Amino acid sequence: MTTSFKQLGITAACCCALLLSACAEDKADKAEQSPKVTIDKNPFPSKYTPLPGAPTVITGVTILDGIGNKIDNGMVYFTDGKIAAIGENLDVPADATVIDGTGKWVTPGIIDVHSHLGVYPNPSTHSHSDGNEMVKPVTANVWAEHSVWPQDPGFGRALAGGVTALQILPGSANLFGGRSVVLKNVPDRTMQEMKFPDAPYGLKMACGENPKRVYGKKGGPSTRMGNVAGYRQAWADAENYRRAWERYEADYEAGKNPTPPKRDLNLDTLMGVLKDEIRVHMHCYRADEMAVMMDVMKEFGYQIYSFQHGVEAYKIGDLLAENNVCSAMWADWWGFKMEAYDGIRENIPMVHEAGACAIVHSDSDLGIQRLNQEAAKAWSDGRRAGIDISQEEAWIWLSANPAKSLGIFDKTGSLEVGKNADLVLWSDNPFSTYARADKVYIDGGLAFDLSDPASWPVADFELGQVGEGDIK
Amino acid sequence: MKSLLTICLLATISSTALADKLAIVGGKVFTGSEQGTLEAATVLINGNEIVSVSASSAVPEGYQSIDASGKYVTPGLIGAYTQLGLVEVSSSAGTVDASVSSNPVSSTGAAYDVSFAINPDSSLLAISRVEGFTSAVSGISRSDSLFHGLGAVITLSGTGDPVLKSRAFTAVNVGNGGADSNGGSRAALWVMLEEAISEAMQVSSAAQLSPSSQWHGLNSRADVKALKPVVNGETPLLMFADRAADIRQIIAFKQRYPKIKVVLVKGMEAWRVAEELADANIPVIIDPEFNLPGSFEQLGATLANAQRLEAAGVMVAIGMETHNIRLATQHAGNAVAFGMSWEGAMAALTVNPARIFGAPDQLGTLTTGAKADVVVWSGDPLEVTQAPEVVIIDGEMVEMTSRQIKLRDRYQQRAESGQTSQYIR
Repeated sequence: MTTSFKQLGITAACCCALLLSACAEDKADKAEQSPKVTIDKNPFPSKYTPLPGAPTVITGVTILDGIGNKIDNGMVYFTDGKIAAIGENLDVPADATVIDGTGKWVTPGIIDVHSHLGVYPNPSTHSHSDGNEMVKPVTANVWAEHSVWPQDPGFGRALAGGVTALQILPGSANLFGGRSVVLKNVPDRTMQEMKFPDAPYGLKMACGENPKRVYGKKGGPSTRMGNVAGYRQAWADAENYRRAWERYEADYEAGKNPTPPKRDLNLDTLMGVLKDEIRVHMHCYRADEMAVMMDVMKEFGYQIYSFQHGVEAYKIGDLLAENNVCSAMWADWWGFKMEAYDGIRENIPMVHEAGACAIVHSDSDLGIQRLNQEAAKAWSDGRRAGIDISQEEAWIWLSANPAKSLGIFDKTGSLEVGKNADLVLWSDNPFSTYARADKVYIDGGLAFDLSDPASWPVADFELGQVGEGDIK
Repeated sequence: MKSLLTICLLATISSTALADKLAIVGGKVFTGSEQGTLEAATVLINGNEIVSVSASSAVPEGYQSIDASGKYVTPGLIGAYTQLGLVEVSSSAGTVDASVSSNPVSSTGAAYDVSFAINPDSSLLAISRVEGFTSAVSGISRSDSLFHGLGAVITLSGTGDPVLKSRAFTAVNVGNGGADSNGGSRAALWVMLEEAISEAMQVSSAAQLSPSSQWHGLNSRADVKALKPVVNGETPLLMFADRAADIRQIIAFKQRYPKIKVVLVKGMEAWRVAEELADANIPVIIDPEFNLPGSFEQLGATLANAQRLEAAGVMVAIGMETHNIRLATQHAGNAVAFGMSWEGAMAALTVNPARIFGAPDQLGTLTTGAKADVVVWSGDPLEVTQAPEVVIIDGEMVEMTSRQIKLRDRYQQRAESGQTSQYIR
């Protein structure tokens, strides 16, 4: 009881102090300023530490550098977590670990821009369903990273498929589903220990059937036009919020002692998009809806960095190119709902041929294990339709374009000197069904080695269970 | 390149589409029979039947030749477990005949019969057949009853009667899904299954089921009629399960009812009881790519499942999908990447499903007298980069087009010409 009274007393004193200072401010603008209120943009900082690595050279290997070049019988040397040299004949230090890559292929690590690992983890029990905050259509305030369960066995499976980084998105029930997070695929104890350092946040938005199905009988939106009204109102609110913060900052700079705007976590995220600090990744299937969204984007002056799924992107490759919007696509999924009915196998190469940015994505805990095969299908389907793209060019869909859309291409997504040593040694041409990832390096550390079962990640959930440590 | 391909294809079709006699010459032929896989062989087709498969390259008079040198030739692939013809768009798009809700004609769900529901005009059929799938097993995917009705074996020709074999099987889920809709526990589910089966066995005359006689069974009269071929061992009973304990229950069930042709479906932990499945002569239909513990009944899921089952001598079929049954070749290829034999994987897409379902006319094989469903592939069918070039159903070359191909062509032309899209055909 005593303590409580004391606390009350302190609180009362604080209130008085605040009131007094407010009164003082009214009387004289030049009164002493309160500390400036700023928004911490990184309250959950990365604690990622790369796996230990050794200077390593892979020799005699076929290299796809991820930016359109192929080197036969090449060498790649990496040390201190970075690509140090790449070419046909390299002089490397005598103490470097030599891996014979004869008959094998090296590519940049695969980056999946659309994953729900951790937020819809395995086992997919109801108690694990943490990917969609389905309580109202605008939830830009939620952050996927707060749902990520690092013990999802799916991370390890994706690693065995050569995935070195991935974006975890909220689901698509809401117009604004919340923030995404980019992770390094080194499964560990906490989300922070996997978080990709300095990767920009994304914002998941959704077009079409999902929001109207979920909210049609819960206050709306119940139509596509209702969806668009919802986006526009939210952006208008965000503009207002941004102006309020700008006014506060301007007044403060002018020496006044203004009251900061009331913090709104939803509008924080939307304002971040308007300032181009947070990247919009928008679930959108139909061509006509993507065209509308690119107009909404221009109306409010933000950038859509990618359409997710883009099942009809092939119909509007020219518009996507013109607006500089990537399209993240499946090779051949279609038909599970009306907006996926016009899916075709040549979607990815047709978008590429139109000069737009094409990305192969998974949205699946199985598909993420074989994204190289998804690209291979799209590549070969394109060739049969007369779209002549080389394999070295097609790999752009798996690493470079994903990295660009996520804002991490300065660090990863291609095999270039100085970039992170995120790379995969494949047993064979990765455009073959039979190829498997032999070794996966992340920041130069060996994160997966097919020949060494001790290197296969086993999630806590799998310990002591049937199949622990088995071939997966 | 595209136009050249199109011209070649058209030329091939126009010269042979009406031919009664086709000779596919020089391909690597997977026969699905004792002949195994032949290099540079010749497949002769007369009318709707295979005449012969031989290592000779001689083409008898009167046969139109299709050059398959450097290519692969296989029986038409069979979708081992699909909902083809029963669904167009799965979600929020009207009636889905693969989904059945309770109806007074049935109390245990055995009676529902998909052979009345197959739609040969479904766009999925053409989309699947240009990818080498010429027939499929189709059944009910969702039912809140014990059984999932009667399924059918269908042709994907898109012409005439699609049903090759009606009332071809009955299905029951004895895993979590089945338990959830039948008392919430396996403790209820299995008792119900035992009762339903033994009741069907006890009915010995049609008179017992006549409208004038009293009937107080767990099954409806229609259910009992539907279950009779199952308990008599004429058509298979598909039993869905993943965890090893459930599969052991299935093996015990088979031992109690040795006459029933039991087939295990899904079977993610089947590898753990592979020897017992082989001993009990229970074939398994799987999607080999499932390798995640989606629930506590799937903890042992692994891509090595197919290889381990094959090694134990279990008959394996691969292909559980509908809109993308065409990806069963990729699934089988990944099973090979994880140790299954190539021949075993090919059999899993052809002759094995045919045998499991007692399909007529030696479906799934290239042997003398077999139904002439044949595919010529650009290369190894299990490679994701290869595709069918010629698809023959019932001795006739099918037109290599589909709604998806037409969409592609329209928008390729739109990109080149800038024409208003809906006027492009």
